[in-house]
Amino acid sequence: MGMFILRRVGVMLLTALCLTFLVFYLTNLYPNLEKLAKTQGNFRMSDEAVASWLEKGGYLQPTPVKYAEWLGVVPSYRFEAEDGTVTGRCILPGMEASEAPRYCGILQGYWGWSTVFRDPVSEIISTRLALTGKLMLWVMLLMVPGALIIGVLAGMREGSPLDRSLSTFSITTTATPEYVSGVLFIAVFASSAVGLKWFKGTATSAMENATFENFFLPVLTIALYGMGYIARMTRASMAEVMTAQYIRTARLKGVSFPNIVLKHALRNALIAPFTVIMLQFPWLLNGVVIVETLFNYKGFGWTLVQAAGNNDIELLLGVSVVSVIVVLVTQLISDIGYVYLNPRISVT
Amino acid sequence: MKDAHDGPILEIDELSISFFTRLREIPAVMDFSVRVMPGEAVGLVGESGCGKSTVALGVMQDLGKNGRIVGGSIKFKGQDLNTMSQDELREIRGSQIAMIYQEPMASLNPAMKIGKQLMEVPMIHADVSQKEAYDRALQVVTDVKLPDPKRILDSYPHQLSGGQQQRIVIAMALMAEPSLLILDEPTTALDVTVEAAVVELVKELGQKYGTSMLFISHNLGLVLETCDRICVMYSGEAVETGDIEDVFDQMRHPYTQALFRSIPLPGADKNARPLVAIPGNFPLPHERPPGCNFGPRCDYFEEGRCDAVERVPMETVPGDERHRSRCLRFKEIDWDAPPLNVSTKEKSEPGRVVLKMDELKKYYEVAANALFGGSGAKKVVKANETLSFEARESETLAIVGESGCGKSTFAKVLMGLETATDGAIVLDNREIQDIPIEARDTKTVADVQMVFQNPFDTLNPSMSVGRQIMRALEIFGEGKDDAERREKMLRLLDLVKLPREFADRMPRQLSGGQKQRVGIARAFAGGARIVVADEPVSALDVSVQAAVTDLLMEIQREQKTTLLFISHDLSIVRYLSDRVMVMYLGHVVELGTTEQVFAPPYHPYTEALLSAVPIADTHVEKKHIVLEGDIPSAMNPPSGCPFQTRCSWKQKVPGNLCETEVPPVRIMADGHQIKCHLADAEFDNMEPVIKIAAE
Repeated sequence: MGMFILRRVGVMLLTALCLTFLVFYLTNLYPNLEKLAKTQGNFRMSDEAVASWLEKGGYLQPTPVKYAEWLGVVPSYRFEAEDGTVTGRCILPGMEASEAPRYCGILQGYWGWSTVFRDPVSEIISTRLALTGKLMLWVMLLMVPGALIIGVLAGMREGSPLDRSLSTFSITTTATPEYVSGVLFIAVFASSAVGLKWFKGTATSAMENATFENFFLPVLTIALYGMGYIARMTRASMAEVMTAQYIRTARLKGVSFPNIVLKHALRNALIAPFTVIMLQFPWLLNGVVIVETLFNYKGFGWTLVQAAGNNDIELLLGVSVVSVIVVLVTQLISDIGYVYLNPRISVT
Repeated sequence: MKDAHDGPILEIDELSISFFTRLREIPAVMDFSVRVMPGEAVGLVGESGCGKSTVALGVMQDLGKNGRIVGGSIKFKGQDLNTMSQDELREIRGSQIAMIYQEPMASLNPAMKIGKQLMEVPMIHADVSQKEAYDRALQVVTDVKLPDPKRILDSYPHQLSGGQQQRIVIAMALMAEPSLLILDEPTTALDVTVEAAVVELVKELGQKYGTSMLFISHNLGLVLETCDRICVMYSGEAVETGDIEDVFDQMRHPYTQALFRSIPLPGADKNARPLVAIPGNFPLPHERPPGCNFGPRCDYFEEGRCDAVERVPMETVPGDERHRSRCLRFKEIDWDAPPLNVSTKEKSEPGRVVLKMDELKKYYEVAANALFGGSGAKKVVKANETLSFEARESETLAIVGESGCGKSTFAKVLMGLETATDGAIVLDNREIQDIPIEARDTKTVADVQMVFQNPFDTLNPSMSVGRQIMRALEIFGEGKDDAERREKMLRLLDLVKLPREFADRMPRQLSGGQKQRVGIARAFAGGARIVVADEPVSALDVSVQAAVTDLLMEIQREQKTTLLFISHDLSIVRYLSDRVMVMYLGHVVELGTTEQVFAPPYHPYTEALLSAVPIADTHVEKKHIVLEGDIPSAMNPPSGCPFQTRCSWKQKVPGNLCETEVPPVRIMADGHQIKCHLADAEFDNMEPVIKIAAE
């Protein structure tokens, strides 16, 4: 098992390198850089001025060199102006060149400087990720058990009225995009249109202090969408397991129906949906964009929109590094969990 | 807990079960009666679809959503199971009536440890503690003769072999010491030697615990070995019931008689005494004929009488209270008359050698890890070890052995699906062992063809039968255009005795036997000279097997084909082959003419195989040899002789020769070779396994 994890981590690092290089290359294409120079300097810069600005920032080095600098495996680029002031990636505003470290990249914990928020990227990402993490945690806590219960209840007696109604429910929720359900919920539960006013239509205050009142609607909006999907998967897998011969064996052994479902069917039925559930994590990370915007909750998705919209290269890179790591880690967990659930799979 | 009950354990009276679809009601079982007395074993025999499993599930009251009992009663120890509530039934299931299933792997929960699955039974029914349940499980696992019970209880089903899994299923059924055990084809998925051991175990345990048994099987020989009484079913009805000896020796129903005539018993011979196939097909449940269900296929059918009644009643055979038959004419039929319209055939002489194997070897290398291996130790699986033999024109060479013996690997190498590791395959003085099938020329591909085991999977479901045969013709370069190929295809259908209209049918519209005929037609499309038939009839019903076997023989006679018949069924091998090759773990342990192999001296493995095959003839006396344990894995074969771990003759060989050295090939007689260390004197003293008692 140890060897397996070690090997998987190795493969993961390799994948992470490839993916980040790809993102790095795409965000550092010349038109992007030109746009960056113009937003940072002024929009009427001449081509020469753009070139000198880029030269000064070290943007005109070959991409692999820039990537290595960004990673922190080669000394960072420095530019000495004619007046003797030294500028460079590592020299943060208000810092003397002599005090600044030679290396500054991901490996040193330096994620860059966000041009939009005018803050270090690492700081932005950590605060935003924490906010989205909070949202995701509650979504998962609502979505996964809910979906599994619905799926198992629907799948244990295929074709029964219970199955029909739960299936209809899950198809409806999956077929309703978040921007529709979100708007609906706000209209029904938070506005004077219906007059229920149980919850708040904005989650801005939940960033500081989340309560049921201000946080439930965004959580529900995301959870419902994913819930239908997982529930359908669980139902299909459960329905298949319930027709298996070993379930008949259990039935003819005299096991009661609740015990058949809980002891015999459940573990087997969870094998297939487990991968899907794990795949929901990366989806949530980026899928929250709409809901975070809708409920004005300034989390990771919102940051991503800001970074992409404003050509904030370093922030965008930071966001993609986090996404890549989240995807790879959940896949690792899903593989290990799969081995645990399914005794027929062995990693050795 | 076991109340004293002296009446019948199970009494089924005029039971009718139907399945309901949207279109119609489909009667699956009609007017079925049987009685099981305490300690008695009753066999339920019939072809697939005759309703025997439905009866079992009816007893368990587990017919699913669509099935319903529409008439009659099922009494268990005097209580009617039909009127019981779900709770009452649950109490009986598992504790009083237990069931053993056909496929052990599928009937054990893959994600639950064996111990837990076993312990569940007493914990539900006897309300005992975890500790007591564990002790009981340990004892029962010891009872079913599994080695290292503690380790077995702590493993998952997939970690055991098929035979061990079936023993666990049996153990599970015995956990609560039930009064009635229902066995639904318990050994069909197992190898013959393993089957023999499991049957032995079931018989022994039945005696030990005094359990009554309802034994469902399509194998008459197996029923003869295990049961006291038998009930033959055909198309949803019991057609004949009685004591085993009565039914086997004095059958009083045409179907029973036809069934016996269609199975290869010792004494049957493909030339002098060929099998008699039952004509026609098994009727579908919603297409049953009026009157007697067997009427259209019956030799004694009388128009206006057999089809004039609503339903033929079950009648007692005069002079035997317990023997009953469902036939209007059984009192008039001369039961001792020899079968009609049997044509004896000339024995065809084998011609020149067309195929020669010379020290053929096939090893597989299994890397410990495919992705990051390299440094990991590589394991070599020796699937075929020095195969040498010749096959002649119009000769049938049978290759016999259990799963994992390398017979399918050999077929793959011959076909070119794999290339040989060493040695040579000589076809018409040309070495073809290193030429994969893609590189073979059309002629070679057309010459060496194969008939597959499972006709259900080997036909493309979305292409009509005629199209598939024409496609084969096209590949083999037969015929100039489609019209010519169509003509050829129709002639091939004639050859395999299928009506020409079948050309436009889809495979799903065909029965198993018809599909296998299409498979044969396809194999012979390019005028094949060597046909490898890999268990061509084992997936088919008994009555169809005879017809397909006959067809193969007939085509062989006409076309002088060399037939390599791969099988594990020694009865059929004895019936149709000229020479037999017995394989075990990649080694050829015995090779000779059919007479030589089926008579002493035997290789110890051949002897065990012969003894394991159930024979449906009360006159046959068999020597009883039960092999211990399972077939060793080819990944990790035993040292020395491959058979030494299970051999009953091993102690007759001095020293530890068997464990250290692979035995040499010894020539016993002309064309008869055995791979064994046994001394000549021991071979001379061997007794025949099968003896036919004088009448």
